[in-house]
Amino acid sequence: MHPIDTLQAAWPALMDGLWITLQLTVFSSVLAAALAVPLALVRVHAPAAAQAPLRLYISFARGTPILAQLFLIFYGSGQFRPLLTEWGLWSFFRDPSNCALLAFVFNSTAYQTEILRGGIQGVPPGEIEAARAIGMSRVTALRRVVLPHAYRIAWPAIGNEIILLMKASALASIVTVFDLMGQTRRIFSRSFDFSIYLWAALLYLAITAVFVVLWRLVERRLSRHLAARQAPLPAANPRTT
Amino acid sequence: MFEALSFGDAGWGDELLYGLAVTIRLALTALPVGLAIGFVVAGLSMARSPLLRMLGVGYTTLMRGLPEILTLFVVYNGVGLLLGRIALWYDPAAAPPAFSPFVAGVVALSLVFGAFAAEVLRGAFAALDRGQVEAGQSVGMTRGMIFRRIQVPQVWRFALPGLGNLWINLLKDTSLVSVIALDDLMRMTKVAVGVTKQPFTFYLAACLIYWALCVLSELVLARLEARANRGVRRV
Repeated sequence: MHPIDTLQAAWPALMDGLWITLQLTVFSSVLAAALAVPLALVRVHAPAAAQAPLRLYISFARGTPILAQLFLIFYGSGQFRPLLTEWGLWSFFRDPSNCALLAFVFNSTAYQTEILRGGIQGVPPGEIEAARAIGMSRVTALRRVVLPHAYRIAWPAIGNEIILLMKASALASIVTVFDLMGQTRRIFSRSFDFSIYLWAALLYLAITAVFVVLWRLVERRLSRHLAARQAPLPAANPRTT
Repeated sequence: MFEALSFGDAGWGDELLYGLAVTIRLALTALPVGLAIGFVVAGLSMARSPLLRMLGVGYTTLMRGLPEILTLFVVYNGVGLLLGRIALWYDPAAAPPAFSPFVAGVVALSLVFGAFAAEVLRGAFAALDRGQVEAGQSVGMTRGMIFRRIQVPQVWRFALPGLGNLWINLLKDTSLVSVIALDDLMRMTKVAVGVTKQPFTFYLAACLIYWALCVLSELVLARLEARANRGVRRV
């Protein structure tokens, strides 16, 4: 079969899969971002002893394969089926896409927490002192000064993390979620038509490309006050001795 | 619960250990191949000719943008189909040759590792002080000598943190090969789960083993970094 015919035949299935992939990526990265804010604050401000459990979680989530985390949640929950049924949670864990979402949030929260911690620690102390000096409360200073600046510092790294998460979402296909990868594998297993993999690859690349452009646009908007100041300066001299 | 993890006939400890050995062998085989690809691609992306540069940048963009699992399937199924077709072309009666999942795993993992390593190496070369290259030129060193004596020893130092992260990613990505039926740690765990019906226990055990590998790698990498930086003045 000609590759174009393959694409035409597979188009509706691929679009269904693409939609699932996008949903998985967006939901898990947004949930992880929401969880990362309080956790990053704990990482910055809490005493070392209080941070121990959090650091253990982050080390575990970053030191084990996402696939293993996904299996631990999806298959592992089966071991506690009676208990989960009793709590009314079994219907949640039975659905592979819920488990995939949970695994991705578990994983991405750890990464985003560390990225955001770096951002918060990168905010110049003078800005916080200035905010406090004009009478902002700690919370107001956090909301108006620290977090906006921290996000601007962390923005490119968070973008990278979301791309990694989008790529990792293909693993959901292994627990029978029909995302883009899942649809592709299904079509291949029926037809042995190799070109479907190449079309899937193109679609994944297209998602990344669109995302990178959108992310840059937001980044430019976040730092628009810096662009004007930086423009007239000559390029930095790389030779420093 | 713990007797299921014991060694010997009763438990699955030795089976998991066998899987761990495959995982480590896979990662250690993919590492040098991936590094070699990384050096070549980094060389391409820094080449003078725009065509070569496009080739290098295109490769890194492509490989970094695709899900690793997709790359693995493309390599495994694609090369499998290709080998089958070549075999049929030579001898229509021949049985299709088997493409070993181990080789497919090594190829896919090193292709991905190579793309990320190329970016790390490119950054490391860019971080070198240009003045040192000029100093080399001014004492009459050839480009090859400058590369060998000045750039390579220092690139190691700048690239080590990035390459260390990639090594840890590589270790974790090896778990993907369980999907193409290679008996690594992940798949042996799956087999054990199938028999014992204790999925949580076994997947947790697998997670803990991967975690231990990563923490151990981090410790070794920290020592390597300290060693690589021993000649650097601290400010």
